[in-house]
Amino acid sequence: MGTAEATVGARRQPVVIEESFATKLLRGLSKAPIHLLLVLLALLWLVPTFGLFITSIAKPDAIGTGAWWKVLSHPSAFTWANYSHMFHTHSITSALIRTAIITAGATALPLLIAAAAGYAFAWLEFPGRDWYFLIVIGLLVVPVQMALIPIYRLYNGAHLYDTLYGLILFHTAFALPFAIFLLRNFFIGIPRDLMEAARIDGASEARIFFRLILPLGVPALASLAIFQVLFVWNDLLVGLTLAQSNQPLNPLIAQQLRQFGSNLDVIAPAAFISLVVPLTIFALFQRYFVQGLLAGSVK
Amino acid sequence: MTSTPISAEPLPGAAAPHSAQQEKRRRTLSALAFVGPAVFFLLVWTVYPTIYTITRSFFGKSGFSSFVGIDNYKTLFSDHVIRTAIKNNFIWVVIVPFAVTFLGLIFAVLTERIRWATAFKVVVFAPLAISLFATGVMWRVMYQKDPSQGAINAAVKAVSDEFSKPGTLTGAQGSSPKLVPAHGGIQLNQTVQPGGTALLGLTAIPAPDVPAGAKQAVHPQPKSGAITGVVWRDFKPGGGTPGKVESQELGLPGVTVVLRDANDKKVQSAKTGADGSFAFDGVGSGSYHVAISKSTFAKGFAGINWLGGSLITLSMIIAYLWASAGFAMVVIGAGLASIPRDTLEAARTDGATEFQVFRRVTVPLLAPVLTVVLVTQVIGILKLFDIVYSIAPGSTINNATLLAYEMYRRSFLQNDFGLGSAVATFILVLVIPILVLRIRDFRREV
Repeated sequence: MGTAEATVGARRQPVVIEESFATKLLRGLSKAPIHLLLVLLALLWLVPTFGLFITSIAKPDAIGTGAWWKVLSHPSAFTWANYSHMFHTHSITSALIRTAIITAGATALPLLIAAAAGYAFAWLEFPGRDWYFLIVIGLLVVPVQMALIPIYRLYNGAHLYDTLYGLILFHTAFALPFAIFLLRNFFIGIPRDLMEAARIDGASEARIFFRLILPLGVPALASLAIFQVLFVWNDLLVGLTLAQSNQPLNPLIAQQLRQFGSNLDVIAPAAFISLVVPLTIFALFQRYFVQGLLAGSVK
Repeated sequence: MTSTPISAEPLPGAAAPHSAQQEKRRRTLSALAFVGPAVFFLLVWTVYPTIYTITRSFFGKSGFSSFVGIDNYKTLFSDHVIRTAIKNNFIWVVIVPFAVTFLGLIFAVLTERIRWATAFKVVVFAPLAISLFATGVMWRVMYQKDPSQGAINAAVKAVSDEFSKPGTLTGAQGSSPKLVPAHGGIQLNQTVQPGGTALLGLTAIPAPDVPAGAKQAVHPQPKSGAITGVVWRDFKPGGGTPGKVESQELGLPGVTVVLRDANDKKVQSAKTGADGSFAFDGVGSGSYHVAISKSTFAKGFAGINWLGGSLITLSMIIAYLWASAGFAMVVIGAGLASIPRDTLEAARTDGATEFQVFRRVTVPLLAPVLTVVLVTQVIGILKLFDIVYSIAPGSTINNATLLAYEMYRRSFLQNDFGLGSAVATFILVLVIPILVLRIRDFRREV
């Protein structure tokens, strides 16, 4: 690009400096419409989230009479009361805690199980290994919809309906095919020498798994973890179907929306909290998120 | 698991056949310990349910006692709501993956050589982290029909009001039976001659709608060769007598009054003053009609019905594009970055224009990446549920519906597990060929 070329050129011929600056300026000017377009697009992209945030801190009567962009010019219409009210609403705080527990459980459990299976598919020998691995890939096909009815019935019989365990186990199972696939491919790239050395040193398979495979697998595990956290936290359908009085946050808000429709002063802060958590995780671990995405990690 | 260390690694050739077999069995067992939990979860939560759901789809609402053959599948294609869902899913699959890929490609190309583009990318990419449900809630609020509630219609209104200004008195009506609707406005049904007066009383004007600067209305003074009159708010606290200008009743300034001759031809127009009075001077003899013009009552922009039956699918697609464009942008951007600069430079040196380079070199080299984006989107759309649930109001849900929503509705709102299973199986059948293609790619990677 321009800068690199300019520096190289400058070293050889000092005269070029002025010219390259002019060129840069010209290029910058010719790009002005693109810059403007990008700024406009970015602002446009921010509107929905910004609007929800303003709605969530507007006084209820202000929301009733005018929309959020009008509230903007009246600082007196802002209040944190919606949030403090929300954090004192038991149904919402308990849903928030439940969602956090489900997300933590349904991320840690499938990662551990998939790492073990991925290790076995990559480095252990057992009859029919490759066929089993193909079946696991095949299970990527199965949409969640296929499992809802039978699992709903199964859970009702097994007292797992409307429990945190039920939701954690469900999300765990549906995370496995992809996680196993990704981790197996990651583990298979570990140098054979390293594995042989560990085995000759007399390490047990369990020891190899915990001391060698898991630490080496951290990059892949991190990507998977981010995806799974977002996936589980953002779930609506499974929570709606397999829970009733112990619903996670999204299904709870959804039902409030269905029943009362317009009480935005309650729904907006809750909806905003429900999106701030994944957004924060995304901001903190963006690198892993993009890595995972580019590794083809798409459900 | 194997806690015994493998210190007794047999020396090559020294192992007896018996212990080699034992060793093999031991290894198999330890491998099974590693895959066992995964197998258990996959069997219980995916394999068994798949078999169950496919089987269940051949039975009726009441359970496995009522075998109905392929009746549920017949319903799938005869029930008009499910047919709408199939049709909508088809529309989505045809339009949305290409729209997402197109947007992603444009954004990726635009941002490729711009230094601060990271900020733009983060802004466009971030919605991917937000649930589709929350996305739906945000857009539903934006889509409200009333321009004072929905941001999108407020923006449209701001633009449209520039072109066609709303009237000052949109909801006003005549205060006496003598005033009748005509030409889109309100007209006095008696003719007036020069020297005569016209009393145009209006009611149903909310206090905030009374134009600023309105003064006490005055009864018009007759004037020879002219027609005079007043337009006023024929209402005072307590009511007052209709058709009579009384104290505390305000004139309505800025109202356009039209004079029409016997042939209904517009002769003159005038604007009312602060006290509501108006005058048509130099009127020739004859009979005339006096009317308040149409523009006074012109309704402003009432709001596009984004959540109504005809636009709901488009509205949902826009929300979905907002959420998904960032994904395509990042994946395609990575693809762009991996194209060797030399290849592009070579094409430029050969005299290709920028567009030709893009069309003939960049896009073909990107083809695998574009395919990944397209396929991912198609699979996502066939399972799309949250957007329908959160955006579509009850009144238009039947216009908005998609297969995954019907699966949920039939099974868990209408308790028809047979039909629900058939819809789920149908989704599976649609997803399989797409994923088989992807698995072939996976195999190549493996």
